[in-house]
Amino acid sequence: MRKILIPLAVLAAAVAAAATGGRSEASTAALPGCTKATLVTVSDGKLSIGTDNPAYPPWFAGGEGTKPWKINDPNKGKGLEPAVAYAVAKRLGYARGDVRWVYTPFNKAIAPGRKSFDFAINQISYTPDRAKVLTFSSSYYNVNQAIVGLRGKPIASVRSKAGLRKFKLGAQLGTTSYQYIVKSIKPSQSPAVYDTNDAAVAGLKNGQIDGLVVDLPTAFYVTAVQVSNGKIIGQFTSAVGNQERFGMVFQKGNALAGCVDKALAQMKRTGVLKRIQQIWLAKVTGAPVLK
Amino acid sequence: MAIVFGVTRAAGWPEVKAAFFDWGNYRESFPAISRAFLLNVKIFLIAEAFILVFALLLAVVRSLPGPVFFPLRALAIAYADFFRGVPTILVIAVLGFGAPALAVGGIPTSTTFWGIVSLVLIYTAYVSEVYRAGIDSVHPSQEAAARSLGLTRGQALASVVLPQAVRRVIPPLLNDFIGLQKDTALVGILGSVEAFKQAQIEVSADFNFTHYLVAATLFVAITIPLARFTDWLVARDRRRRQVGSLV
Repeated sequence: MRKILIPLAVLAAAVAAAATGGRSEASTAALPGCTKATLVTVSDGKLSIGTDNPAYPPWFAGGEGTKPWKINDPNKGKGLEPAVAYAVAKRLGYARGDVRWVYTPFNKAIAPGRKSFDFAINQISYTPDRAKVLTFSSSYYNVNQAIVGLRGKPIASVRSKAGLRKFKLGAQLGTTSYQYIVKSIKPSQSPAVYDTNDAAVAGLKNGQIDGLVVDLPTAFYVTAVQVSNGKIIGQFTSAVGNQERFGMVFQKGNALAGCVDKALAQMKRTGVLKRIQQIWLAKVTGAPVLK
Repeated sequence: MAIVFGVTRAAGWPEVKAAFFDWGNYRESFPAISRAFLLNVKIFLIAEAFILVFALLLAVVRSLPGPVFFPLRALAIAYADFFRGVPTILVIAVLGFGAPALAVGGIPTSTTFWGIVSLVLIYTAYVSEVYRAGIDSVHPSQEAAARSLGLTRGQALASVVLPQAVRRVIPPLLNDFIGLQKDTALVGILGSVEAFKQAQIEVSADFNFTHYLVAATLFVAITIPLARFTDWLVARDRRRRQVGSLV
């Protein structure tokens, strides 16, 4: 009984800690060479973090608060990405009040020139081509792609990747989901590409596409909230050694990236990152794997 | 020249050059974006055919005289006011996502179809004004002379007024045609992969903006020859009309 109770108690403490922004975590050692005093940031003494608006679950949670944030306010520190961001900030010596969230649409995050943020965290997948333009942190979440269809439609009974080829598929612009359709599923019809997740969901509801490819946590959100008759048909696993991963992005060559990597490494070592993922992606409990 | 010099000497120029003017990236995405551009061409060719006809009908309705035709005239005016006033992207979004959502049997769900419908609605309003300006520019004595020869009002309009009117408005018609060509890029919001959307896809794959330049080149490559052709058409017409007259 004790054996079960102790991990439970640890988990409960971690939940409480993450929910309050990690104020009481014991395992936070200072990172050598990475302290607030020595780091150069966009706004002195502050850590500016960019993300898109609206901020969607499950990546962001906690509901609306300060303007201009819609759906969820990252300042609340809830959801996977704010939780990771605040935990990293803490390890670099930035208190909660030192963190500034900057509205940064995807296109602005990737545009050349001086950035208005120190790093952006917005479900951006690492690819070697992208890393030529921006510096990526190491992974804070390893992600799989998944496909959502409507219940009762022919696509809902597909059980293999090859079975998806004859359907009209869609994805959001700028996502690796699109790359996955083109390079791995290779459908016979050219896929539809939407500017926003909402537009893609509208396309799915309207029957303009049969299947929507999104990352797995988003698939759970889409089927739970946005499309009542939606169904996760399955997920796709990455090839070995080619695991898709989300990283924070920095202006190319920004030395802060090295410090964020150290913070993430510490969070991985001490299990903090894993716990944050368990808390905020609890509902992401697997889906059939399509091969 | 001074601007070019200033820009290329700016501190951030190497970064901007790599991000916007990368020849390797340009060549790499050119085939894919050209293929996608065929959808733009298809959309504006089909749309323009309908626009030229519908806009002319609308302009004629709007220039009908007398109190009998007031309701028709009022409808035509309301139509033109509305569709010139609403941003194109809104019409495309509302029709493209809204109409198929009605889920009425027989309503097409094709995004290209609804994109074309939206562009026809909008540009019919614009082009009808161009036609109307042309019709108004024909002196009333022309119609009076035609009627005195025994032509009916319809015949006078068709064989005397409209031929003169249309000839005069060819340059502004081309103006709107070019506007239409560029607005085909807006159909991309519905999920159709046209040239601009394909360029966006390429940009998001490697975060390099040169691919937008490919799309820009394609649009320019098609509008410039068209503009020269119109210039030639207008000049030829003027030469023919002025044969034997004193200038």
